[in-house]
Parts: sequence; structure tokens; C-alpha cells
Amino acid sequence: MAETQTLRQWLLTDTPSSRRHAKLSAIYQGWLSFRSNTMAMIGLWILILLVLVAFAAPLIAPHDPFVQSLGNRLAPLGTEGHVLGTDSLGRDILSRLIYGARITLYIVALVALIAPVAGLLVGTVAGYVGGWTDTVLMRITDIFLAFPRLVLALAFVAALGAGIENAVLAISLTAWPPYARIARAETLTIRSSDYISAIKLQGAGPLRIITKHIWPLCISSLIVRVTLDMAGIILAAAGLGFLGLGAQPPSPEWGAMISEGRRFILDHWWVATMPGLAIFTVSLAFNLLGDGLRDVLDPKAGE
Amino acid sequence: MVGRPKCERPVVNMLEIDNLNVWFGKHRDRVDAVKGASFTVGQGESFGLVGESGSGKSTILRAITGLAPLWSGGMIVDGQPLDHRRKRAFFKTVQMVFQDPYASLHPRHSVDQVLGETLHLHGFSDIDARVVKLLDDVGLGQKFRFRYPHQLSGGQRQRVAIARALAPEPHLLLLDEPTSALDVSVQAEILNLLVDLRASRGLTYLMVSHDLSVVGHMCDRLAVMKDGEIVEVLAVDALRAMKASHPYSKHLLEASL
Repeated sequence: MAETQTLRQWLLTDTPSSRRHAKLSAIYQGWLSFRSNTMAMIGLWILILLVLVAFAAPLIAPHDPFVQSLGNRLAPLGTEGHVLGTDSLGRDILSRLIYGARITLYIVALVALIAPVAGLLVGTVAGYVGGWTDTVLMRITDIFLAFPRLVLALAFVAALGAGIENAVLAISLTAWPPYARIARAETLTIRSSDYISAIKLQGAGPLRIITKHIWPLCISSLIVRVTLDMAGIILAAAGLGFLGLGAQPPSPEWGAMISEGRRFILDHWWVATMPGLAIFTVSLAFNLLGDGLRDVLDPKAGE
Repeated sequence: MVGRPKCERPVVNMLEIDNLNVWFGKHRDRVDAVKGASFTVGQGESFGLVGESGSGKSTILRAITGLAPLWSGGMIVDGQPLDHRRKRAFFKTVQMVFQDPYASLHPRHSVDQVLGETLHLHGFSDIDARVVKLLDDVGLGQKFRFRYPHQLSGGQRQRVAIARALAPEPHLLLLDEPTSALDVSVQAEILNLLVDLRASRGLTYLMVSHDLSVVGHMCDRLAVMKDGEIVEVLAVDALRAMKASHPYSKHLLEASL
């Protein structure tokens, strides 16, 4: 106990003794303020659970998600051996949900890597350089923003062919403009501040100023925005899957599962409802996490 | 320049400003912030610029450092005429301390990062030793090295900002109201630190202030500005003896009593 106490004191010190110590201390203080937000912790736990389930899918899934058993189709909830019932081809819905978690994570991770990075790049360059560069980049952003998201994604997928990778690309293509706008707005307030003037007076070039001084301040608000958008991204992926342009059968993607269950929704409601609940839970978890992260990461929210 | 009094001036000039005009905006939006300003600052001298808010004092500093890009006239620093682009070597000669220490430090960079990056940009290799020395020089100990700005008080932040300005070992330090955002008790500490640093490093100061007592304490000569123009340049002795000749300077002196 005494040792943990000293570790805590070491982390909460006002006078860090090394670079690493200062970093760890800042991270720990962020964690403390995050931990005090119960809802955000619930969101975090749901997502940790989702990651564990996705990784351990072969171990915990009771059945093979692709094995059909036509004699046992559309079994209701609580059937022996099929807790969440079976779908129209007699496949175990629980197993398909568990394997579907992998696809959901894959989509979320890829979009989260592509869209915010592209938006950050475009937004900070436009905001910092200004002038013609700003005008050109921002009009391109406006064009993408003005397009209905799902229609653009549909056109993209239709051109490149249906499939999960193209769906991810299509979603990223429609998701980056808001990030570019946020990053540009942040950059405009940051670039006229005294600490940017100060580093200019040390002879720093635009590349260094953008990557080392502007990005660290934009990234926190972008992370918050990304977690809040994650719900929308999962839903867009599900929407594409629902329309038959995302993941292709027999892939257990949640949106595609709802699409399949739609035909039986009146008599066999659980077939579409269970994947719907899964999408709902994960979207909610991302929203809760995003709210908590905003409190921790927003540099303007006091010290 | 009206009625420049005779006073002792060093032979070598660190800074010569000749008929400087600075403006913001283009065409109809153009605002002239500085109109035909001329003065010289000798090597090792401490020169003050006083005037009310909006009189163009800070704009002159920003024009010298290149932060206000629209200007005409002549500026000579350490014998080198300035054009519209500033080279890195320029920033080894001239550095600036900003008015508000709460705004001039990056909120996500520790003191170590701020000073380390500055030293790195100026091509020093013994960065660790120099960071330690700089912190000692400005009266902050080792224990402040890895702190972030939000863990520092206003006075401590301004010391960090001064350390950053001193890092490239400049000859001319531009001080933009370095104490106006601080408590009165802290103001005296920072001013004394600046006086000591100037003595020990042989610096030249160009200091902007609206506080005549601060300028009287810090400077050898001063220029009084009004509406973007320099109305009078006088020695501090003349200031103390209340011997301003321009009516506006007299008014300013009387108001500060």
C-alpha cells in the first residue's frame, strides 16, 4: 500500500524530474479526470469488451457463423444452443454478432485512420498558409460537404464495386470535410497567437510550425469529434451493408444482417433486432467516450 | 522629430529606424499604424517607446521582427539593412519578449521543450547544459524545467519567455510591455531581472511601455508616440526634470504624476 501511495504521489508531483516523468504525470492527471466521468467509463468498458470479443471470437462463439442448418431456421430467442435464435438460413445469430464485431472494428479503425488525418492535413495547411491555397482547398471541401453523404458513398461504391474496403473508402471520402473545417477554424485562432509568433522569431519554418505547434492543439478536438462521429460511421457502414453495397453475404456484417432480417421483421423480429441492438450499443459507447474525452482533452476547458 | 534634445549617445548604433511607415490592410481598408517614425538606438543603450494604446509602439517592434510585413522606410540592425524577408541569422541578433506571458507560451509544451526547441533551431548542440544555464540565469531553478505553462505563475512564465528570448544569445532585445500583464510585486522582480541581464550580457533594449515610471527605471532615452507618429525623443533625465517640450509629452508627464 505504501508503495502505491508513493507511486501516486510521484505521478501527481508539481515538480517533475525528467521529460518522461512530466509526460506520465500529465497522462495520469488526464486519466484521473476521465475516470471521474461515470458515463464515459461505461462507454470505455463497452468498447474494451467489444475489442476483447472481436479478438477472442473463435474461442467464445458457440457456432461457426457460416454454417447453415435449414432445418433449424428462424429459431426464436432462447432456443437450446442458440441463445439469440437463428436467421433465415439457420445460422446462429450470437456467433454472427461476435464475428461481426471484427468487421465493425475494422471499418471503424480504417475510417478513423483515413478521414481525420486527411481533414487535419487539408485544414491546417489551408488555415496556416491562407490566400489562394486556403480558397482552393476550402472550396473543394465545400463541394464535398454539399454532396449528400450516402449518395456520394453510393456512387463511389457503385463505381469501384461493392465490398467492405470500398465501403470504408467511400465513407472516409465523405467524412473528412468536417474535420478539415474544424482543423482550419482551430488553426486560424492559433496562428495569430503570441506563441506562434514567438516560434517564428526563432526562425521556424511553416512545416515545423504546422506539425509541431498547430497539430498538437488541433488533434485533441479532432479526437473528440472522431469518437462522436464513430456512431455515424458505424451507421453509414451498416447503411451501405443494408443497401447491399457494403459487406457482401455471407459476411456477418451487422448492417447486412439487418438487411437480411428485414424480410421477416413482422413474424421473426429478433433476426433484425439483435444486430440493431449491437449497432446501437457500440454507437452509444462511442458517444459516451467522446463526451468524456472532450472534458479531458479540450485545452480550453481550464487547467 | 521635434526638438530632439542634446544628450550623450554611443558612437555605434545597434538599431536605426528611418522614416518607417507601417500599415495594415490594402486599398480602402488600409490603416496606417506608424507614420514616418525615425530614431536610433545605440549599442548597449536602453531605449523606451511610450504612448497610449493604439499609438503604434508595439507595431514598430513587430515591423522590426518581420511580424508586420507591410512597411516602407529604412531599418538597420547592427549595421545590416533589413529587407522584407528575415533570415535565421537575424533572429540570432534580435529577439523579442511578448506582453502577455499567458499567451506567449505554447500550452502543450513544457519549459524544457520550449527552450530545447529554440536552442535546436539556432543550431546549438549542448542543449541540455544550455537549458540548465538559461533557467539559472533567469532565476528559475532546475525544478521548473519539466513543468508545463499551466503549472507556472505569471511571473514564472515571463521568466521562461525571457529565457527563450535569451537562448540564441541576441544583442538586441525587444520588450513589448513585458510587465503590464503582471502583478505589481512581480513587475518589480521582472524589471530588476531585465536590468541585471542587460548589465551582465551587454544587451541593447528597445522597450515599449505605457508606464512612464517603468521607462524611467529601465531606459536611458525615450520616444513619445501619438497616433502613429513620434512627437518627441528625450533623455530620461529630461523626463525626471519634467522638461518635455512637446505639449503631448507634457500632458503625458502630468498625467503620470
